[in-house]
Amino acid sequence: MKTTLKVNGEERELEADSRVSLLDALRNHFRLTGSKKGCDHGQCGACTVMVNGRRINSCLTLACMHDGDEITTIEGLGTPGSLSPMQDAFVRHDGYQCGYCTPGQICSATAMLEEAKAGWPSVVTEDLESRPDLTDEEISERMSGNLCRCAAYPNIVDAIREVAE
Amino acid sequence: MTKTLTMDKPDDRRRLDHMAQAVIGKPLDRPDGPLKVSGTAPYAAEYEIENCAHGVLLRAATMGTVKSLNRAKIEALPGVLGVFSSDEFLRNPAQGMAGEAPVQGVGEVAYVGEVIGLVVAETFEQARHASYAFAPEIEPAGHIVDPEAVEPEPQDSEAVDQGDLAGAMRDASHSVDVVYRTEGHAAAAMEPHASIAVWDGPKLTLYGAYQMLKFNRKELADSLGLDEADVRIVSRYVGGGFGSKLGISQEGIAAAVAARGLGRPVSVVMTRQQVFESIMRRTETKQHMRLAADAEGRLTGLGHESLISNLPDEEFAEPVPQSTHFLYGGENRKISLNVARIHRPAAGSVRAPGEAVGMPVLENAMDELAHAVGIDPVELRKKNLPECHPETGIPFGTRKYAECMDEGAKRFGWADRNRVPGGLREGEWLIGHGMAGASRVNMTETAKARVTLSANGTATVETDMTDIGTGSYTVLGQVAAEMLGLDPAKVEVKLGDTDLPPGSGSGGSIGASSCGSAVFLACEDVRTQICEALGCEEADLTLKDGEAVTGNRRMSLADALGADELTGEGEFNPGETSEDYAQAGYGAYFCEVAVNSVTGETRVRRMLGVYAAGRILNEKTARSQCLGGMTWGIGTALTEELVHDERNGKIVNRDLAEYHVPVNLDVPQLNVVFLEEREDAACPIQSKGIGELGFCGAAGAITNAIYNATGVRVRDYPVTLDKLLAGLPD
Repeated sequence: MKTTLKVNGEERELEADSRVSLLDALRNHFRLTGSKKGCDHGQCGACTVMVNGRRINSCLTLACMHDGDEITTIEGLGTPGSLSPMQDAFVRHDGYQCGYCTPGQICSATAMLEEAKAGWPSVVTEDLESRPDLTDEEISERMSGNLCRCAAYPNIVDAIREVAE
Repeated sequence: MTKTLTMDKPDDRRRLDHMAQAVIGKPLDRPDGPLKVSGTAPYAAEYEIENCAHGVLLRAATMGTVKSLNRAKIEALPGVLGVFSSDEFLRNPAQGMAGEAPVQGVGEVAYVGEVIGLVVAETFEQARHASYAFAPEIEPAGHIVDPEAVEPEPQDSEAVDQGDLAGAMRDASHSVDVVYRTEGHAAAAMEPHASIAVWDGPKLTLYGAYQMLKFNRKELADSLGLDEADVRIVSRYVGGGFGSKLGISQEGIAAAVAARGLGRPVSVVMTRQQVFESIMRRTETKQHMRLAADAEGRLTGLGHESLISNLPDEEFAEPVPQSTHFLYGGENRKISLNVARIHRPAAGSVRAPGEAVGMPVLENAMDELAHAVGIDPVELRKKNLPECHPETGIPFGTRKYAECMDEGAKRFGWADRNRVPGGLREGEWLIGHGMAGASRVNMTETAKARVTLSANGTATVETDMTDIGTGSYTVLGQVAAEMLGLDPAKVEVKLGDTDLPPGSGSGGSIGASSCGSAVFLACEDVRTQICEALGCEEADLTLKDGEAVTGNRRMSLADALGADELTGEGEFNPGETSEDYAQAGYGAYFCEVAVNSVTGETRVRRMLGVYAAGRILNEKTARSQCLGGMTWGIGTALTEELVHDERNGKIVNRDLAEYHVPVNLDVPQLNVVFLEEREDAACPIQSKGIGELGFCGAAGAITNAIYNATGVRVRDYPVTLDKLLAGLPD
């Protein structure tokens, strides 16, 4: 079936099986392999992309459900020669090792900062009435849907904190 | 001419300390960073190959004899190109550094979850759909899956029976005689195992996710009956290994068999569940610890006897007491390792095999002894450091174990620790402090590298070494930049391709030292050629910032080289220093935990690791390795366990929702400190392995802190809340 997606600002036509997940559409059909498949079950976060500005696990949604949606992948955030502030902070703080969870971490972190800015609370937010401060604990909690087996977590928090400030 | 060095004696020239560029050890960013953070670094399944078909592996849900595969039904499904299964298929991956095919043939299913076939279709969705229809006929076999239900095989290589441990236990002023258990672990690297097989006539190229390419090439060739020269493996970026990608694995062979049969390339990516079920697990262990000490806490005896498991015909045996052999004294010793041959999935290397589970338990037993004697756990350990290897009598290499403990105690504020188990409370949280030692044997492996220095002031480093997140691209470039006097940005490092000179591979923390030494030697070769061109002595040659200086002459590289480029080759070999010195990396952990007195939940509040691992080649990447190691310690201590169905050995929690690796909120801001050290006995760059050291013993510091917080000694890892609750103070 035919679906039109706006991927990283560009309209892309997808003519594919209705069973194609958004993740597989990006990887196998558009050759945007920056979004990673770590579990295909929404357990690891490596496939995190932004749909209309919100972070989601792209393995848990079908591409055909996103007709007209704006999809932002890691490739849309920056390029090796022109990194986004978050991508750059991940390099300087060594917020990765093998790099496989990294695009998902960065997409997740980028969207998470907007959530925090909008005042969304998290499970560790003490006071639900006021705008939460983005403490290390808040950052860690909000990033706990993105697994990193190399365990660069402290560096990931450092990178995000720097960009948030 | 290849410059070759075999480590038959320590290399105390410490040449890297005498170079001028001063980049070695610096916390430089990874050169591969921009590719990784922008999603443009290609991992195994991401090479764009024309006309590539997609395969999904087919698993057996029952142990026994395969009577038939329901091929006809599957092959009739839309898009399906074929169902493949052959005598070449692997029962399980090759063990690390095997260099030959593992057990082949999948007609007899040895464990639940074994891969017995592959379905290939035009699209991934079609292949996946077809895989759901797989219903092989298997005549069940009732294999034993309980490690305690069989008579185990003793491993003679680990056995020590010295003096009279039973007598020492009898005569001891203080003793510990306890049994600990650890559950199995999964490597759970974030990138699932994946391969794309491409044939060109008799030649096979495999884009795969592998750690040790020179061995993997042999294993792949042997598995398929090919000439090694006809096999190429490409693994430029590997999404984590932790041992799970040491040996050629099932998807690689299956992809090659199918691609050969179909006459077109085939890509096979394991599902997460298949990785859990069919890639090497770390064995569960049962460890009998005995410590005998005099009134002051000096060890008179030490026993460490372990039961582990593996499938029949697997040579690997988790070397649980690997560091126990030398870390502490005690003249009466009994150490053994016993393997139960059972039909759980194959056991193999998962990060730091041996020390990963042996060290936490040894360090728990030492903590128990410190309490029995009534002295500081740091003091107990320092009292029991042997002068030389307590079993073989050989001298130690560099060993800053005591210094690591002292530095850690000072930085952590160990003097202000809670001293009464269960005695420190903040509201409903019980606070505890614990420490443990870190120790990991240091090993190296033969490695070759080629370095080309160009007149334009750039250099290229080439070896088939892999970077599995370890920082190989970074540190190998740094070694070359230091030796050749270049800005590291001017050095390009090419890795992960068997067309390049064979390195050591990544595994056992051998990579940086072994390949770093090969690069070092190749650079020495280049420097010798420059000296010949300039007619000067090596000692008079300074290379810095792309210029050469000798005597009162300063010149550009273009003038110094006397050629467009010079190529050097280096070969590093382990030698007699491996036998002459007991080499290990050391460290010490200090940790504060909070245990909720109502729920039993444990939170690690702060943790410090102080390490001495020879020369640190890059402070940033080395620190990251240790952060990872300490986090694995948190997982081992608190959450990670493979759960086997007791009826058939099946791994029940075969995904990332049920097998709990630490998440971001489980990990506090960890502190890592390195002590300055040079290990001349290890290699010409004076480094020791760092990738595993930061994990070895870490879980012990956390569980010791849990005891200190609660007064409850859980001897069954991981320390989940159900094991604590009953004993918690009111």
